[in-house]
Amino acid sequence: MSIKKTLFGPMFDNNPIALQILGICSALAVTTKMESVMVMALAVTVVCAVSGLCVSIIRNHVPSSIRIIVMMTIIASLVIVTDQLLKAFVYDIAKSMSVYIGLIITNCIVMGRAEAYAMKNGPIMSFLDGIGNGLGYSIVLIFVGLFRELFGSGKLFGISILPLTNEGGWYQGNGMMLLSPSAFFLIGFFIWGLRTWKKDQVEQSN
Amino acid sequence: MSNDSIAKTFIVAGLLCAVCAVLVSGSAVSLRPMQEANKVLDVKKNLLMAAGLIKGNPSVKEIESAFAKIETKVINLETGEEATDIDAAAYNQREASKDPKQSVSIPTSEDIAKIKSRAKYGKIYIYKPEGTVEMVILPIHGKGLWSTLWGFIALSSDVNTVKGIGFYEHGETPGLGGEVDNPRWKSLWAGKKIYDENGKPVINVVKGAAPEGAEHKIDGLSGATITSLGVQNLVNYWFGSDGFQKYLNNFRSQNEAASSDDSVSMAQ
Repeated sequence: MSIKKTLFGPMFDNNPIALQILGICSALAVTTKMESVMVMALAVTVVCAVSGLCVSIIRNHVPSSIRIIVMMTIIASLVIVTDQLLKAFVYDIAKSMSVYIGLIITNCIVMGRAEAYAMKNGPIMSFLDGIGNGLGYSIVLIFVGLFRELFGSGKLFGISILPLTNEGGWYQGNGMMLLSPSAFFLIGFFIWGLRTWKKDQVEQSN
Repeated sequence: MSNDSIAKTFIVAGLLCAVCAVLVSGSAVSLRPMQEANKVLDVKKNLLMAAGLIKGNPSVKEIESAFAKIETKVINLETGEEATDIDAAAYNQREASKDPKQSVSIPTSEDIAKIKSRAKYGKIYIYKPEGTVEMVILPIHGKGLWSTLWGFIALSSDVNTVKGIGFYEHGETPGLGGEVDNPRWKSLWAGKKIYDENGKPVINVVKGAAPEGAEHKIDGLSGATITSLGVQNLVNYWFGSDGFQKYLNNFRSQNEAASSDDSVSMAQ
């Protein structure tokens, strides 16, 4: 597989959320604010890439009986370090993300890529695959986050775009956009749009 | 050695654990001082925000210089006296309220804030920009619908009139109970009176809009009846005899004594 395909394939052709349907839970939880979306996207991309790299380096020495727990340990360590770094350098954002940084450990994308790709491919390609999948995840998160923050609280990155009625403006905020179920609808629309554009992703009906 | 032999399995597992343990503990230990500093700064920031002394996105320097005008005191809630034997800067009321040694459990019948236990000592903040007390800031917390709300309330020097309120941590529904963060709603608190003529805390967060001029009533949050009720209860709890009331009574009589002293000395 070429580098380009590894890196950019997961963005639209093989998107982890839209096609592999992985990592939905955090896509619901952290998308009410663009600020947290960006931090989450960055954190998942870094963890995914570095865990791919580490798993790939030791892949030839991992006994198959304990390979899942080995991957889990590597991922968990990386996530804890990321969490510590965020708490030390961007405390406000880390606080608003609360448990969700820790829950990257359970994000299926990271584990899925380690098992499906990094165990079979070289370190550099695994690293790029991690970045690619992180980017694919980020695109969906940014798409969902844009709609939720703009129509839910009339803001983007905390800057008021549509002044809310309860703060003296004219825009009546859409309360549902602030609740998790709206992310399901938005991800649904995203998948719909993507499959209209790329027809080969449409599943065959039985 | 074959990858699947028992010896290799143990070696790989052991090495991996050692490397990961060093990585995790190394980062935790080396970043601890910065994280602690951030936590302290965050509380200061929230306190100043609730008191309306800073706005927007202040820098570390602004926070520190604003906080320098604030005096911190530890209060024995049982007696209402100041506890001078406790280091006020180091004392953490929030941690103390969970520690069985430093807290007392509240009987269910009196536990209107639904917090189960409270610290024996309260940490309060006094804003004295030019020697005279302008504001008394008290920490408050209690249960809303989903979560415990943690915040501060600022009072003017008569320790009855509210100057500002703010919650720095809660997990209420965004757009409904989460509107406790709404600046417009918070501004409704300014000027409200906590105690009635009999010295009872009677803050009332009403459903819908509070009548004009009602000095104990605040508009409810629409769609968040339980959070509104929670805020009402937690404010009344912390201003009740189990909370800061004894200290506030002492504070008031001392203040009155001090001001009458002033007038006497002026007359002489």
